[in-house]
Amino acid sequence: MTVIEEPEVDHVARLRSGRGVLRMSEVVAAEHGERLADEDDETMLVNMGPQHPSTHGVLRLMLEMRGEQVVRSKPIVGYLHTGMEKTAEDLTYLQGPTNVTRMDYASPFFTELAFSLATEKLLGIEVPERAVWIRMLMSELNRISSHLLFQATNGMDIGAVSVMIYGWRDREDVLRFFEKVTGLRMNHNYIRPGGVAADLPDGWRDDVLHLLDQIPPHLEDLDVLLSGQPIWRNRLQGVGVISTAEALDLGATGPILRSTGYDWDLRRDMPYLAYDQVDFDVVVGTFGDCYDRYAIRLNEIRESIRIVRQILDRMPAGDYKIQDKKVTPPPRARIDESMEALIHHFKIFTEGYKVPEGEVYVAVESPRGELGCYIVSDGSSKPYRMHVRGPSFVNLQCLPHMMVDGLIADTVAVISSVDPIMGEVDR
Amino acid sequence: MGDPLYAGGIGLTVVLVTLLKVLVTFVLLLVATMFMVWFERKIVADMQHRIGPNRAGPWGLLQTLADGTKLFFKEDLLPDRADRIVFRLAPVLAVVPAFLAFAIVPIGGNFAEGGTVSMFGRETFLQLADPPVGVLFFLAMSGIGVYGVMLAGWSSGSKYPLLGGVRATAQIVSYEAALGLSLASVILVNGTLSTHQIVAEQAGAGFGGIIPNWNLVVTGVVPAIIFLIAGTAELNRPPFDLVEAEQELVGGFNTEYSSIRFALFFLAEFMNTVTMSALVVTLFLGGPSGPVWGPEPVRTWFFPIFWFLLKLVVFLFVFVWFRGTLPRLRYDQLMDLGWKALIPLALGWFLLLGAVRVARNEGWNLVVTFGAITVVVVVAVTLLNLSLRAAQRQRLADAEVNA
Repeated sequence: MTVIEEPEVDHVARLRSGRGVLRMSEVVAAEHGERLADEDDETMLVNMGPQHPSTHGVLRLMLEMRGEQVVRSKPIVGYLHTGMEKTAEDLTYLQGPTNVTRMDYASPFFTELAFSLATEKLLGIEVPERAVWIRMLMSELNRISSHLLFQATNGMDIGAVSVMIYGWRDREDVLRFFEKVTGLRMNHNYIRPGGVAADLPDGWRDDVLHLLDQIPPHLEDLDVLLSGQPIWRNRLQGVGVISTAEALDLGATGPILRSTGYDWDLRRDMPYLAYDQVDFDVVVGTFGDCYDRYAIRLNEIRESIRIVRQILDRMPAGDYKIQDKKVTPPPRARIDESMEALIHHFKIFTEGYKVPEGEVYVAVESPRGELGCYIVSDGSSKPYRMHVRGPSFVNLQCLPHMMVDGLIADTVAVISSVDPIMGEVDR
Repeated sequence: MGDPLYAGGIGLTVVLVTLLKVLVTFVLLLVATMFMVWFERKIVADMQHRIGPNRAGPWGLLQTLADGTKLFFKEDLLPDRADRIVFRLAPVLAVVPAFLAFAIVPIGGNFAEGGTVSMFGRETFLQLADPPVGVLFFLAMSGIGVYGVMLAGWSSGSKYPLLGGVRATAQIVSYEAALGLSLASVILVNGTLSTHQIVAEQAGAGFGGIIPNWNLVVTGVVPAIIFLIAGTAELNRPPFDLVEAEQELVGGFNTEYSSIRFALFFLAEFMNTVTMSALVVTLFLGGPSGPVWGPEPVRTWFFPIFWFLLKLVVFLFVFVWFRGTLPRLRYDQLMDLGWKALIPLALGWFLLLGAVRVARNEGWNLVVTFGAITVVVVVAVTLLNLSLRAAQRQRLADAEVNA
């Protein structure tokens, strides 16, 4: 077989030229839609979303199409805007995680973690060893559940509907563990400045071990059903290709950047928590296509399982939150005995604790990429300004560049492979 | 040789028997469709670790009836921009051929002894009609069925249905060809277009007295597989359900349909599934033929119908299995598979069967014949490959010029 050489493409030039980007306001598009088609009009505008089965919530796309082929496209966001960043300015640092956890609802621990790390950096406190490892345990389990959710939705979008249930099933088991630990399946408000809300429950180790034994065989099933499946490969390989240069220019992070072959993972390159003490590989792709992004996420589940096993071995004993009573509330029993404890409790839950003036940015590697939290403090007990760098929001920028010249079925595959969580996009 | 029922002229009994057969076929197809919807939902649920319908009736058997009743009482919406007449006509165009196509399927009859049953003292075939062009009739009906889908997409006055309608046209035109070519192999081997005759040809023991004399074996498996794949595409079932493709086209051609009109499309699709499975059984697996034992009514009534239903359920399961396992193909890949794989393969196999047949009739040396066939096939595949590659190179060059 002779290999047909593809024409060389200057990716950066392609990006700068803005090919594939539809620059048209929604108003004009709506008027265009009302008009009867021109005779010589070869393209048509198709509105995809916000009510569409595969736009992952309320993403809206304006597609300019020639037949089934996408010529240009424009993602429109904002349908889930709830003003969480503004709300954060009216909430104390203690209430903060309750707010941010609702942003990325598929991986809530990461936003809580980013917020808490930023606050702790401002406070200049170190959390106890056990809290660090509990945070890591929950983060990695959350990465597993989030990637399982991706496998589920990706499978469904490509038409392998059974995979949706398979992914959902395992994710549900992980969420059940979260519920046991935090009391809630989602929106946990578990990781808080100063540590975590509660210690791990009795029997947590068995529960986690059970999960770790149960998930890998199911990943093998996915390999059989999808990875080697010719239809699946045809649908994803070479679809939604993006180069390293383009991804870097667009600010894409996470599996999208790694799929292009760029080896970048905050857990390894800018370690936080105790990631420098565990052993794991960063999964990197080659072609920057949807298949690479699928495979990266599948294998990241395996890497996370590896990390969780190490965490199980090395989980230290000790406090799960710092004993600085200005930051974390005293135990319930102490309030009945000690006047001071009662005062601390009252102060923390009414006006909160004061955080020194300053500004800080902390980033963690969420399942979707670099999740950063930027906080400006004016010395009061509430942030002066809080901003979250949502990876989904930045990654969405890649859509028009990945969709250009694809078919409408590829559009669905591309959206799916970006794995956006609209709650985090719109905040 | 037609149905012996009509051999003695048309009398009252003949008319009554025919009417009875019409009624039974109609009811049977409806019940089978109801069962199929339930069966599909139950099996897919099992494959996906769910329970599936279990509220309406025992094991949820009446779920389809409940859904149909609900849909019947829903508001019937007519989109503003729809072509009113065509929009209303389309579901009917989809359903009627689906009903008619089932008429040619033999569902019983003891094929060891002529394939007839005795009804009110009259010998007759256990199938509604046995036209001499039975197989062509089926192709015609499935061809007309496309109009329902295509016109539904076109008349909705909306973009997603339009895309679905366009996909339907292209898909069915392509796969009808592959379907027809694989059918041609059967017709070549059996030498008849009548479904009853085709079943009769397959009755009895084949090679070695153990392997059944089914067309599946006689035509060499390939046409049966092509027929199954092309049939799945013809039915718009997964993995070829691009016409509806919920994740892409939000339901495709039936996006704008509601109420009973939607239910009609749904009904037509599942009736077609039942008919297609029945056709596969008839054409390749010997229909109702099979070993029979016992006294008279059991012998001619029970066993043939039992064998037919058993084989039917196997293929219904296969269709459900496809749905539970495979991701959906993309539009261009579907076309590639149809035109570059199935059609050449079906045509090649047809020619091969023809050559073998001629060789046997003329008494040629079989080794030489096979050698010649192999050479021809290799040359043809190479030429086809070369031309495909040249076309691809040309396209890439064009893309470079345009870019």
